[in-house]
Formats: sequence, structure tokens, C-alpha cells
Amino acid sequence: MHAALFRQLYRIRRTEEEIARIYPSDKIKSPVHLSIGQEFVAVGVAAALEPGDAAFGTYRGHALYLAMGGSLDRMMAELYGKATGCAGGKGGSMHLVAPEVGFYGASAVVGTTIPHAVGCALAHSLRGSDRVAVSMFGDGAVEEGVFWESLNFAVVRRLPVLFVCENNFFAIHSSLQRRQPATSITERVQGFGLPTRCIGSGDVLELVDASREAVAAVRRGEGPRFLEVHAYRWKEHVGPNEDWGAGYRAEGDAAPWWANDPVRRLGESLPASERAAIEAAVEAEIAAAIDFAEQSPWPAAEALFADVWAGAESVT
Amino acid sequence: MSAERRLTYSQAIHEALAQEMARDPAVFVMGQGVDDFKGCYGTTRDLARDFPGRCFDTPLSEEGMTGVAIGAAMVGMRPVHTHIRMDFVLLAVNQLLNIAAKARYMYGGAVSVPLVVRGVIGRSWGQGAQHSQACYPIFMHTPGIKVVAPTTPYDAKGLMIQAIRDDDPVLFVEHRMLHFQRGHVPEESFAVPFGRARVLAEGHHLTLVAISHMAVEAMRAAALLAAQGISAEVIDPVTLAPLDLDTIVASARRTGHLLVVDHDWTFAGAAAEVIAGVVERLGAEAGAVRMQRMGLAPVTCPTAPNLERLFYPNPQSIAAAAFSLVGGGGSWTPEWMDAPEIVEFKGPF
Repeated sequence: MHAALFRQLYRIRRTEEEIARIYPSDKIKSPVHLSIGQEFVAVGVAAALEPGDAAFGTYRGHALYLAMGGSLDRMMAELYGKATGCAGGKGGSMHLVAPEVGFYGASAVVGTTIPHAVGCALAHSLRGSDRVAVSMFGDGAVEEGVFWESLNFAVVRRLPVLFVCENNFFAIHSSLQRRQPATSITERVQGFGLPTRCIGSGDVLELVDASREAVAAVRRGEGPRFLEVHAYRWKEHVGPNEDWGAGYRAEGDAAPWWANDPVRRLGESLPASERAAIEAAVEAEIAAAIDFAEQSPWPAAEALFADVWAGAESVT
Repeated sequence: MSAERRLTYSQAIHEALAQEMARDPAVFVMGQGVDDFKGCYGTTRDLARDFPGRCFDTPLSEEGMTGVAIGAAMVGMRPVHTHIRMDFVLLAVNQLLNIAAKARYMYGGAVSVPLVVRGVIGRSWGQGAQHSQACYPIFMHTPGIKVVAPTTPYDAKGLMIQAIRDDDPVLFVEHRMLHFQRGHVPEESFAVPFGRARVLAEGHHLTLVAISHMAVEAMRAAALLAAQGISAEVIDPVTLAPLDLDTIVASARRTGHLLVVDHDWTFAGAAAEVIAGVVERLGAEAGAVRMQRMGLAPVTCPTAPNLERLFYPNPQSIAAAAFSLVGGGGSWTPEWMDAPEIVEFKGPF
């Protein structure tokens, strides 16, 4: 298990580091919200899922897309705006999608995909399926009414959905303390009467265990569960750079997270040869994905008008 | 036998829902009060009994529940989400315009949202500022969501069936005063295609395009005009996006006069879109057609009956505007013509 988790973590970390490296070249035609430092959340939760389960994410979504099994080639091509991208070059970094692996599309509007996971769970419930839906969102989404609306309905209907709040303590540059009451997010959610758990350790193995336990309960029909996972964003809100000098947070706040970096820690737990083999394979895969994106064509002009409607109709 | 079968608009919608639910297990109905004893004006009555689990009440969470419907649609269900007033749909605009309308495009064709949203326009008996709005131009503006506003029971049934089967999100605009209208509706299942206007009455002096319940009022206006020797062609666009400009343009070109009667405000609205489309299509010929739009007074809907009467176009005001548009000489004040469905409606809802 450690090797598989490390491979996922390393693949996402290095992919995003490469995105940051390429970004100044302006080859990537899309705003990017990097998950560097937070990858373990998506990886830990996705490790608990089975084929047929679904996940709904956010604009900071590279990690979840990849953790769910989305194609790296198609993701990179999407960032480049190429026709071979997972959304044909028309969605960009904020709208990654891979329904073939249960990743139903990310949204740039905070909180909007939370009810989609609940709706997916409703569909499972109506069909009598034992599939599970996961909603991943940030701490800012908890300030949106739609989060509470979605939570309420999921609890009332005992729907098979796992809510995962990836709390990185900042909405762009606004700290959690300035935006929310002193009670924790988990405490507030508990008022709805569903089992909750908060993981503040940054330990991917603890998260995998917690996710498996929660997903199993949800799959057994015990109703929704809620996980809050603390994480820390190492880069600026959007873009490839660090922003420690911006004044809204202190570099020292990141130090415990760097010291505790799950990518490094898990890597160090593996035999050196195994780790080296994983790293080499991932590096080759990333290099190939960048090459794929760079070699791929732009969308044809006709693509501008494709996929507005299901059929060939036009509204005028 | 089938030709004489007459249903109300409400019964027509109910029949469409029941037939589609029987045909396709992916179809379900949700919304506030859809499983109560009133059954959303009868349109959903007994569906909860006849299709267990597939017609259910929801919390008062318009955005959240719209998102729930979208999520279910993304994974292959076909939800029909009912709002007893269109005004409440405004709470769901984020989900409808940021997600439902855009999902197919921004996900490169990988995701469909086959969702029907029913919004009921309220009118009469003091529905007022927030129980009477039509709102459809807001949705017509955005690519990716279809907007239909059937007037006849026949079209209500056929378009509901089409909307449910369609792979795009559809805003289904109903009018509370249309629920009581009766008309021919075949018992068998049938779909009415989008993008085809219906000529409700043929005429040669003037083209009256009228949306939703205004089509009923326009037919009354046409009767008033006929008594003055003016023959009005009345066209119900039926679907607003897509919009059948061909039928409207052909009629306007023939009659030389076009009056568009909207059930919403005229500024930046549906009537403006119809006229702009006609002008563009006619090109140099546009100067040969006199055109005018009318709609709600540019104010918030009042509740006092005398003010409410002034707020909406009515057969009298429509006929007077048409008379003036065609250059009818002298002054003519059409007689007041009561709309029985409005006079008789005593609410409360």
C-alpha cells in the first residue's frame, strides 16, 4: 500500500512542480490552482474508493483528478488548451473531468459541486446501487449556503455520500479566523447528527484508514459521513509562485507542514530501489505527458460551436 | 374519439409525467410539495403513490436541490424539478447557468445534464412582486439551456415529454392561469419538437406574437380586432430558446405588421429578441414591416386589483395597440374583455 500511495503522491507533486516550472513560458493557457502540499487529501480519500464510485471536486482539482485515475496526458493537454485535453481544450485547469473514472467535473464557483455529489448519491439510492459519492471542497465552501443545504438533504435522506472538507485555512488571502466562528467546522457539522472526524495530522496513512472506515459505513447504507482534513497550501492561491512575502500569512506557519511532508515521509519509508523505480517511471510519464500536450493540435475552429447542445440545433 | 379528448393544461402535464415515469425508470419528480394532497396544481397528484420513491418533497433549498438534480442527471437520471413559483428559481440561477447550461461545453462533451426545471408564473389575486415573475429572458440569454413556454394543453404534454427526453437542461415555463385551460390532448404519448412556433389563428393584416398566457389574451384581442375588420394572425412561439424565427418572419413579411406581446418586461427581454431577430432576417425589407413590442409595465408587480389590471397587457390594450399599428383610422377604444380564468381565480395560490 505504501508504494501505491507514494506513487500517487509523487506523481501529483511532480506534475504540479512541472506545471509551475513551465508556467512562465505561457504555454499553459489557463489559471492554475496548485495542490502542492495538499495532495495527500485527494490521494488518501481516493484510496478508499472502488470502481463505480464517484468524486466531485473543485478548481484546485489536479490532485483529485489524478488520484481518481484521470489521464495525465489529457490533463496536461487540457492545461495547454489542446484538442486532446480531457475537456477538448475548452475547460482548462478549473474544469477537469474524467467520468470514465468517476470524476465528474470541477467547478470554479466555490461550493457548486457539493450538491452534485449528493445528487449522484441520490441516483445511487434510487437505483438501489451500493456505489458511493464523494464531495471534496475547501474551508471556504463551508461559507456557502449550498454546503448546508446539501448536507441537510443528504442527512434527511441518508444518502451514500462522503463529505470531505479540505481545510487549508485560507480563502485566497483571507484567513479562516476572519471568516468563520471560533468553533471548528467539524463541530458545526456535528449539529446535523452525522458521524464526523477531523484529521489534523497531515498523515496520509491516518487519512486512508479514516476514509476507508467512513466509505465502508456509507456503502453499508448508514448515511452520509463528514471528514475535515487539515492541509496547507505551499504556493500562492493561483499561479506557480510562493507568496510568503505577501503579508497575509507567515512562512513559519508552513514549517510544520514542510517538516511533515507526506510525500517525502512516505518515500523515505520505502526501500531505496523501489522508490527510485517509482520516481523514474513517474518522471518518464510526466515528460511524456508534457510532450503529448505540446505536440497536440489546437481545437479546430468548429470546436467553438460544438457541445453547446446535445443535438445539432442552434437557438437562433 | 381521440380527437375529442379534452384535458386541462394541468392534466396534460400530469399525463406527460406519468407516461414518462412509466416509460423510463430514470425519470423522477422532485420539488416542494409535489407529493402533497394538492400535487402542484394537480400536475403531480398521486405520482408518489403510483411511482414509489420517484416523486418526493424537498427541503426549501432551491440552489442545493437544483444541484442535487444536476448531479443525478450527470450520472444518467432524468429529474423533473418543480418550483411552484418561477420567482424561487432565481435562488437556483447559479446552478442552472454556471453548471447545467455549461457542463456539456466546459467538460468537452463528456457530461450531459438532462434536467427539466418547471417554473410557474403566478398571476392575479394579488400575487404581487415575488409570486408573479416570468424570468425566462434571464435563461434565454445563456447558451446551453432551452426555454419553453407552451400555451395549449396539447403543447404542454408534448413539450414536457420532449423536455424529459432531451439531453439538455430545459426550463419549462408554466403559467398559473394556463393550468385551467382546456384543449385537445391525445391519450397516447407524443413529443412536440422544440423550435416550432404554432399559428393559433391565421390572419393577413397583422402578426401578433404572444408568449405564454399572453397568447390566450392575444386570441381575445384578435376577436376584438375581427369585429373592426382587422384580421390578426396569432403566433405562439411555444419555445423561446430555440426560437422559431422562420415562422414569425414569414408571417410578418406577409402581413407587414408585427406586434410582440411579452409576459415580461420589454427592456432587454424576449419581445426585444423576437423583433431584433426579425429585423436582422428581413434586412433591407425590414423597413416595410411596422413593428412594436408590448409587455408588463416597467414597474414591480403591484397587488391592488386596479393597479394589477394596469400592469399587464390585456385584450383591450393589445387590440388598441394592434389597431394603431395597422393604421386604423380614427379613435377606437375596444371594449373591456374579461379573462374568465383571471376573474374566477380566488387563490390562495
